[in-house]
Amino acid sequence: MSDTSKIEIRGLRKSFGSNEVLKSISLDVAKGGVVALIGPSGSGKSTLLRCVNLLVTPDGGSVRVGDTRFSFGESTKLPDVKTLARFRATTGMVFQHFNLFPHMTTLQNVMEGPITVRRMAKADAEKLARAQLAKVGLAEKADQYPATLSGGQKQRVAIARALAMEPDVMLFDEATSALDPELVGEVLAVIQRLASEGMTMVIVTHEIAFAREVADRLIFMRDGVVVEEGPARQVIDNPQQAATRAFLSHFHRTGTLPPANATT
Amino acid sequence: MYQWDFSILWSYRWLFLNGLGVTVGFTVVIVVLGLVFGLFGAFGTLSRFKAVRLLALTFIEAFRCTPILVQLIWFYYALPILAGVEMTPITASALALSLYGGSFYSEIIRGGIISIDRGQSEAGAALGMTPGQSMRRIVLPQAIKRMIPALMNQSIIQFKNTSLVSVLAVPDLVYQSQVAAHDSYRPLETYTAVAVAYAAILIPLTIMVRRGEKRLAVSE
Repeated sequence: MSDTSKIEIRGLRKSFGSNEVLKSISLDVAKGGVVALIGPSGSGKSTLLRCVNLLVTPDGGSVRVGDTRFSFGESTKLPDVKTLARFRATTGMVFQHFNLFPHMTTLQNVMEGPITVRRMAKADAEKLARAQLAKVGLAEKADQYPATLSGGQKQRVAIARALAMEPDVMLFDEATSALDPELVGEVLAVIQRLASEGMTMVIVTHEIAFAREVADRLIFMRDGVVVEEGPARQVIDNPQQAATRAFLSHFHRTGTLPPANATT
Repeated sequence: MYQWDFSILWSYRWLFLNGLGVTVGFTVVIVVLGLVFGLFGAFGTLSRFKAVRLLALTFIEAFRCTPILVQLIWFYYALPILAGVEMTPITASALALSLYGGSFYSEIIRGGIISIDRGQSEAGAALGMTPGQSMRRIVLPQAIKRMIPALMNQSIIQFKNTSLVSVLAVPDLVYQSQVAAHDSYRPLETYTAVAVAYAAILIPLTIMVRRGEKRLAVSE
């Protein structure tokens, strides 16, 4: 797998104080692959995701995305801010609480990365940003401020903002958990389309039916370890571990996805 | 019964105007310099390095927790002896007032910066911004909006604090009115007029601040 893998994580460890959140995690994501991370809260899945783009600095192990590899341990020096910034520019991230920039219009939000980080000319950045907004179905909201948008629209803008950096991989940190139920579908539809376009993605989610539909691999975590891993449908339909079975019993695992009625 | 006679003040009008000019000019200088010190103080307390944080905190507490009148006198009389630098009364009082104001501005600026949700700088970092870029482009523009009412308030206090420079014979409004009072034997009229002059400048400013606060409350 390592020939084609886009993301490779080996022996990743992370503690917050005396609380060991990740206990030697290894993970591969193939180019164009979609991996869903599921598990109860406190299982370490969000921390693992944040270690992929180094928003959280691991205590040990290694992270590789594309051709860039970072190793961590007691003797290794932490990468400097410029190296980190350059690395993160190649990984897009979508947050649970959107984290849109409230002092900028929707268009400016999407233009911000290309202008500040990629040093793109303003006119080019605007063209790119408008295209990305159109892609998530929000072209006509370009001049509005985030405060005037619904949660689902905000999250789609956040996806457009991440995509405007033309990243190699996309990371979704519970992207639909803060949304009203009727708004979940429109965001999932956008993610699903990205998957079908071949974007490499890691998705932390509680939407089990969605993970079953969209992810090709599924990882179930608990207490900082990977309990079970495999093809998404296989793990969800036929979990091997008792802990996985217990967790999945709380969810409707199949059925139709929430309707993506709004593309506007 | 005391006979009030404000008409005598008219003959001192140029003296008052002169003093008022010094007071306003002085305020502008100490507000600008104070904001510079405040910015350094705030970023100092937020620094990754412990030594820098300690230095900034020492500066803030030293100036926040001693009376400004004592600082003024100390800067003019004691500092030259300690550091061997002679200072004019104007330099000494500008420095003391700016540092004093800066210690309060520091806390306002620091408070504004840390009031911005961590998710904002995280989103900046996730886009590939350096900490400096996300501070300039994302955090500060939002934080400044929140700081403005408190900064305006502190600047109003600074405007009034300039009255203390008269103890070092800086010819501000209060100093010039002391001259006028001694000359006319009419201190009551003189200081009443001075109080009115300060209020006449500050009341419109406070109204502006209040309006600004309301607008801020609406936009958030």
